[in-house]
Amino acid sequence: MRDSHIDALVEIVGERRCLWQPNQVRAYACDGYTAESGLPRAVVFPESTDEVAQICRYLYEHEIPYLPRGAGTGLSGGATPTGGQVVINLARMNRLLAVDFANLRAIVQPGLVNLTLTRRIAHEDCYYAPDPSSQSVCTIGGNFAENAGGSHCLKYGVTTNHIVAAKVVLPDGSVIDVGAPFGDAPGYDLLGLLVGSEGTLGIATEITVRILKKPQSLRTALAYFDRVADASDTVTDIIVAGIIPAAIEMMDQLAMQAVDKSNYHVGYPNDIEAVLLIEVDGLTAGVDDVMERVVELCRKHHVREVRVAQSDGERALWWSSRKMAFGAMGRLSPDYIVQDGVIPRTRLTEVLQKIEGISRRYGLRIANVFHAGDGNLHPLVLYDSRVPGEAERAVRAGSEVLRACVDAGGSITGEHGVGIEKIGEMAYMFSEDELQVQRAVKACFDGKGIVNAGKLIPLPGRCVEVKHAREIIDDHWQILNSFPDQAEVQVRAARAEKTAAKPTTSVQG
Amino acid sequence: MVKDSSSMAPRLSDFCYPDAPEEDKYSVCVHCGFCLEVCPTYQAWGDENHSPRGRVFLIKSCAEGELPLDESVIDPVFTCLDCRACETVCPSGVQVGALVEEARGQVFHARREHGDRDPLMRLFLRGIFPRPGRLKTIRRLVRFYQKSGLRTLARSTGVMRVLPPQAREMEDVIPEIGRGPAIDVLPTVMVPKGARKATAALFTGCVMDVFFSDVNEATARVMVRNGVEVHVPREQICCGALQVHAGDRDMAREMAKKNIEVFERAGVDYIAINAAGCGAALKEYPELFHDDPAWHERAVQFSARVRDITQLLVEVGFDPPKAELPMSITYHDACHLCHAQKIRREPRSLLTSVPGVDLREMPDSDRCCGSAGIYNLTHPDMAGELLERKMDDVPEGVEAIVMGNPGCMMQIRLGVKKRNQQLRVMHTVEVLDLAYQREETP
Repeated sequence: MRDSHIDALVEIVGERRCLWQPNQVRAYACDGYTAESGLPRAVVFPESTDEVAQICRYLYEHEIPYLPRGAGTGLSGGATPTGGQVVINLARMNRLLAVDFANLRAIVQPGLVNLTLTRRIAHEDCYYAPDPSSQSVCTIGGNFAENAGGSHCLKYGVTTNHIVAAKVVLPDGSVIDVGAPFGDAPGYDLLGLLVGSEGTLGIATEITVRILKKPQSLRTALAYFDRVADASDTVTDIIVAGIIPAAIEMMDQLAMQAVDKSNYHVGYPNDIEAVLLIEVDGLTAGVDDVMERVVELCRKHHVREVRVAQSDGERALWWSSRKMAFGAMGRLSPDYIVQDGVIPRTRLTEVLQKIEGISRRYGLRIANVFHAGDGNLHPLVLYDSRVPGEAERAVRAGSEVLRACVDAGGSITGEHGVGIEKIGEMAYMFSEDELQVQRAVKACFDGKGIVNAGKLIPLPGRCVEVKHAREIIDDHWQILNSFPDQAEVQVRAARAEKTAAKPTTSVQG
Repeated sequence: MVKDSSSMAPRLSDFCYPDAPEEDKYSVCVHCGFCLEVCPTYQAWGDENHSPRGRVFLIKSCAEGELPLDESVIDPVFTCLDCRACETVCPSGVQVGALVEEARGQVFHARREHGDRDPLMRLFLRGIFPRPGRLKTIRRLVRFYQKSGLRTLARSTGVMRVLPPQAREMEDVIPEIGRGPAIDVLPTVMVPKGARKATAALFTGCVMDVFFSDVNEATARVMVRNGVEVHVPREQICCGALQVHAGDRDMAREMAKKNIEVFERAGVDYIAINAAGCGAALKEYPELFHDDPAWHERAVQFSARVRDITQLLVEVGFDPPKAELPMSITYHDACHLCHAQKIRREPRSLLTSVPGVDLREMPDSDRCCGSAGIYNLTHPDMAGELLERKMDDVPEGVEAIVMGNPGCMMQIRLGVKKRNQQLRVMHTVEVLDLAYQREETP
């Protein structure tokens, strides 16, 4: 409804940059995580730090909940309204403000697309290293919020390692500078706190990033394995051998089928369990030797075939095939949830087997596409929201996958963030005391608790629910394992309906 | 809330007319957003509503009864340039173009039902383009206007100011109209001198034959030169692409049926087309006949024989010209050639086969130039912005911009004119034809 608040927003950004009619804001009901959605109250398109600050100041003063949004490609619902928030869309703040090639720094607005930065500095042989699969569309502001990773983060580190300073609009609209373009910023690491805070502590409006010189050379190999275990062992052995590849990516057969049906067709054999995409980079003098050692290690683990890319075109195709894999899932299923668990590399085979078990028990296909080098799994739970109950089942299956990761000594997220999607699992990972400290941090920045609320840090009430569900599952887990498969499905489904369903699905009821 | 459509009472779709956007098409979209950055309207506005993902989402919401068919859906569906750049990147193969066209069909029906019609639009869609006779009359009028001095008079007296600025701009770049349309001037059958490699019927098109009949004549010459027997069926009519783009799918179906019949009778191996927009429309005729199995089958047979001229020449094998044509050119990928028909390699291989031709690639050669059928008349601001970007990308020092679509040729002529540049705007076959002519006159 158009009310005085909408008038106030229009006053700041103008009529054309404020959408408020319910039907006009519907397209903002969710981001790349589609299992949950909510309608925003309005969507505003600021074009400067000053406008963002004015918007935040007004909304905070009037206690109107709001949240920032970039390209809306996030996979955990970080930019999804839970209902009634004002969405601050930063897509129009997409300028490259300054580049300092000599000192390897660039200052960007949050809406600048990740790959666009690399393209704009390529003429000086420079690039921006973090490369999420969605890099051709996702924004650096979004990367900042989610502490995004990417294939090459194995060697180069995730977003937080590449952001050195930022101008940030705090929840109440005040503007501060954090970090330091060069050297360390003394005092508490506020920048470190803000990167990955999922838009719950403030909005970065100018981001100073580190840019890198392109490596002199690189070599890329594609290795087909009959068995997942062999591929996993190869990954472990490469790292143990002291080789640090730029990237090691793995896809399973189901994922291969999806991309091979797309515009990014590679032609994977249909009877292999896993494919590894391995890239090494560095000085021209060394890359061939390193790649040779990698190939040898593949052979040691019974690789069926291993090929090194012979041209840029071939390399580009292999990478597109990997990076477009999530989006290609539409070839197999109308909906999916992608999980983002991290595990110690050495337990890859075991956890993948567990995931296969989960897939069987829930009767849902799960494809695996992931950053094998740093143990960052991306199981894609395929479902059809039109089939009664399937969406809930998928959410539960995904949740179980995450618990398997935590149990293996890992984490519920590597790079996609917690958002709405994994908020239930936060209580599985952290104790109530630990979460309390996180809540205290949130309160320092956002005393009113209205900025992207309901994301990242669960409220106390929820934790009790989730804890309770977790205890029940923990207590009965072992018994279930002794059941034959079919019976297990029924028992688990019945139990899940009673317990787990509540905390994991009715997030924003 | 977790989405579960099954738990809700089924709602009525707001697409209540036949031939609505199909569930099989929109349910394929997994909302990954990889299409956003290639979409010209999203690039310009940064608004999800005007992105491919947003449009598919809105169409889906409308189909599921969550949104009414009002301006919130209609506006985004009509700001789409139908350039199909999103289809090139989409990993899931969502047919965004077809969905948008089907949605426009619903809007067209709804508007007609509510008596809300645009008389000028109706005149073009129903009164002129489907009628070859009237098209020819217009052609004669324009020629008379150019030759008789009326054009000079109109320009000098300022009477042109009654036209909207975008139409006035276009009037400015209408090429000199030749003696007659190719469909009348060319013989009905042209037999190659040597061995006959294939037979092809030339689809002369409407805009192409009104404004660029020279290109049609060049196309015929180049085919004959390469051993193709060329037929020119006289009863063919406009392909119906503009009707499909505007949502007038009933008219488009009638036109498609007429063409299918005409070209079935021609009994040729191929149907050759030199206009990217028409080529894509002809290849997509089956999309118009979902609910009509018999015609669908005929449309499939028809489409299977359609080839862009560059595709045809590569397929049957062409003789690289022997004469030198020293010329530096750049190539613009027409959206309906590169995105809709996936043709990128063929025109380049033809052009670079010409001795002396220096092809310098422009950045983002496959970004829309803003022509997009009649988009430059309906959305002049957006079209103008895209044209500026296109002209900025033309490499310094080239003598010609080459492409394979009449709409782009008009639009880029406008760009050249606005910037006062000494640049030729040519069709791919014109370059080839020029080179062959030089063989004859050394």
